[in-house]
Order: sequence, then structure tokens, then C-alpha cells
Amino acid sequence: MKDTLHNSFELRLTREGVSLKRDQAHTLQINTGLLCDLKCRHCHLSAGPGRKEVMSLQTMEQVIAYAKRNRFATIDITGGAPELVPHIEHLIGNLAPSTDRLMLRTNLTALSQPDKTHLLELFREHRVILIASFPSTNEGQLAAQRGDGVMDPSLKMLQKLNDVGYGIEGSGLELDLVANPSGAFMPTDQEAAERKFKHDLARKWNLHFNSLFIFANMPLGRFADWLEQSENFDAYMEKLHSGFNSCTLDGLMCRTLVSVAWDGNLYDCDFNQAAHIPLGGKPTHISEFEGLPERGTAIAVGEHCFACTAGSGFT
Amino acid sequence: MSDYYEREDLKKFADIGKDAPELAHKFFDYYAAVFAEGELSAREKALIALGVAHAVQCPYCIEAYTTSCLEKGSNLGEMTEAVHVANAIRGGASLVHGVQMRKLAEKVSL
Repeated sequence: MKDTLHNSFELRLTREGVSLKRDQAHTLQINTGLLCDLKCRHCHLSAGPGRKEVMSLQTMEQVIAYAKRNRFATIDITGGAPELVPHIEHLIGNLAPSTDRLMLRTNLTALSQPDKTHLLELFREHRVILIASFPSTNEGQLAAQRGDGVMDPSLKMLQKLNDVGYGIEGSGLELDLVANPSGAFMPTDQEAAERKFKHDLARKWNLHFNSLFIFANMPLGRFADWLEQSENFDAYMEKLHSGFNSCTLDGLMCRTLVSVAWDGNLYDCDFNQAAHIPLGGKPTHISEFEGLPERGTAIAVGEHCFACTAGSGFT
Repeated sequence: MSDYYEREDLKKFADIGKDAPELAHKFFDYYAAVFAEGELSAREKALIALGVAHAVQCPYCIEAYTTSCLEKGSNLGEMTEAVHVANAIRGGASLVHGVQMRKLAEKVSL
């Protein structure tokens, strides 16, 4: 069924009389690779322990040089698990002076590995904002999404982060959580979910964080495979289609983002990386790209874009 | 009709207004007002609805409020506890009538 729905996002934009164009880019998102210690069932990149694709030192240097040429308000390091990528310390240390907000996505368990303890000190030193995956306060649902035995190390790492000041009011160390629905249903309202997560984490484990971000699951990668296998694909896509909200278009992150993959190729967003739809429709390497994508140019779209425009959207 | 309950029938709920539109409007307006955010959050109301759906054993309501609870941020633990609350009240309501049984039996017994 995936193919029959192909390009319907573009058709929907045309039918609504709207378009998706680039604005001034202010965020550089760097995907350091698909290697991960977990094999989450909602992962749009199908990252996991067996993946060999990680950013080389040479590509890191090219990314660092690009970030110096074009000062970004925010730099967002993601993966896979960035903690597992060799020379990640070099990337963090050299990007930190080039931005006001350096963010790193952590799954909490990779950071818990014995040889990664030094990274916590590095994050503190550079005031790296940590965005931690923590999709559910329910152990069964968390395990169903991220694998058995993930809850305990995740809680321990959150405790460790709180102990050094992350997520604690006034410390200047920001810890945000990210939650995805644990299945083929739409995400909840972000504000209400944040209140509930704060209440639940404090009540159950005396844990604290700054903000919660709720994202819809992308019909890509491992999640798309699961949707197909469980015969949820059509119903899920129907939900995304029927939830289309053109008011979300202005705030979509792809309008202000440059996304660089582990191999240095550029995309409009991390989801287009997973869908293999390059920036501007043709493969471009960061070493050949001097400035920022031009304002007003079209953004490459695919069927998965419905996940960013359903309901209140994905900004 | 192969079954009394067919999943697709829930989508036809609005058809109930075809021969009595005023009553249907009043009901659906009231329904929407009941489930709006109030002193109770929409999430809490969905959990109550899930419990009641099990008490009245309505398959349409069970599906609708399972999805609603998940999309409003309740987790499976909370949803399962809501079903137990419904079960406890249902079971308790039966059991407490045992007092009537005992009272009546005692009256006619030596």
C-alpha cells in the first residue's frame, strides 16, 4: 500500500493552495550515524547495534568547517546513538564555540556504558543541551518500544543527570525528554503530556527535567515495517491524512534546518534522510556546499511528511 | 448482516440523527460538552469513559476510548487500572446485594 499513496503530500499541498518553501536556516542537524545500542521499533532510520554507518573524522572536520562558515543559532547532534561514534568528543568540542545552543540526542542507555562516563563531564563543560528519549513511564510500553531491560538503565541515567544538575531549575543545564506514541496512534497534546510526565517522574522516581517534546511516529524505516507487518499501515496513514493541518506548515522544522547525514550528504530533515530524498532533489555533499539553502526554494517532500502536519504538527 | 456488532458501524453513529435530528443534535452537543476540558482533564474523562465502556460492555466504546486514552497520554497501566475500577464496582454491586439475600434468607429461616 505504501506505493499507491506516494506523492500524495505534494498533491495535498496543491489542493490546499499552499506550498512548503525554505525560510532562513538557523539550525544545523548532524546525524552522526546509524549505530545504536538499541533497536527501537519506532526508529525511522532503522538504527541498531549491527549498523556500520558512522561519521568519519574527515566528515566531522567538514561539518565543523561548515558550522564555522555559517553560524547557526542551534546545532543538534543526533543518531543512532552519538555517544557510540568514535571522535564524538572532537565534534562536540569543536562545534560548541560555533553556536549558542548545542543539543545532543541521547537514548540514555548508550551514555550509561562504562567507557562513556567521561562524556557527561564534556556535556557539562560545553553546556550541551541533552534531549533524552523516554517514551513512556510505563515499563511494559517502554520495553515494547525500546526493548527489554531499558527502563532501569534509563532511570539510573536520568538520576545521574539530575545529580550533576541536568534538569534541575537554576543549574543552567537543560535536560529535555522526547516521547513518541507507543504504537499506531496519534501523539497527545504536548503541554498536557509534559505536566503528566513531570508529575509521574517526580512521584515515582523523584526525577526532574525541563521540557517534554512529543513527536508522531514516522511511517519510515523500522516503524513502517512494523506498520505493514501488523496491518496497521493503512489505518495509520489515514489518521495522518485526516489530521492534515495546513496551519502547521509555517512552523515546520524543515523550513529552517540543514540536515547532514553521517556520510556528509545534505537533506531538508532527518526524515528525508531515512526516505533518501536529498536536499533540493539532488545529492549534495557538505564539502561542496558553502552557504545556506536559499530562502524561497522548495523543500523535498514525501508521504511521511503527513506525520509532521497532522494535528498541531511537528516543529 | 453477518454480525450484530461490526467495527465499521461506529462510523455510522451519526445516522442515528436521520429520523430524529433534533434529539441527535441535543445528544451530540451534550456529549461534546461532557468530554471537553473542565474540572477534570480530557485525559481523565477518557479514562472514566474507558471504565464505563467496560462496565456497559460496549465494543464500540471500548475501541473508541482505548484509542482516546492512548492519544490523550494515558499509559497501559492506568488504562488497565481503570478497567479494574469498573470491574470492582460491577463485582461489588453484585456482591453487596448478597446482603439482601442474607437478610431475606434470615427472615424465613429458623
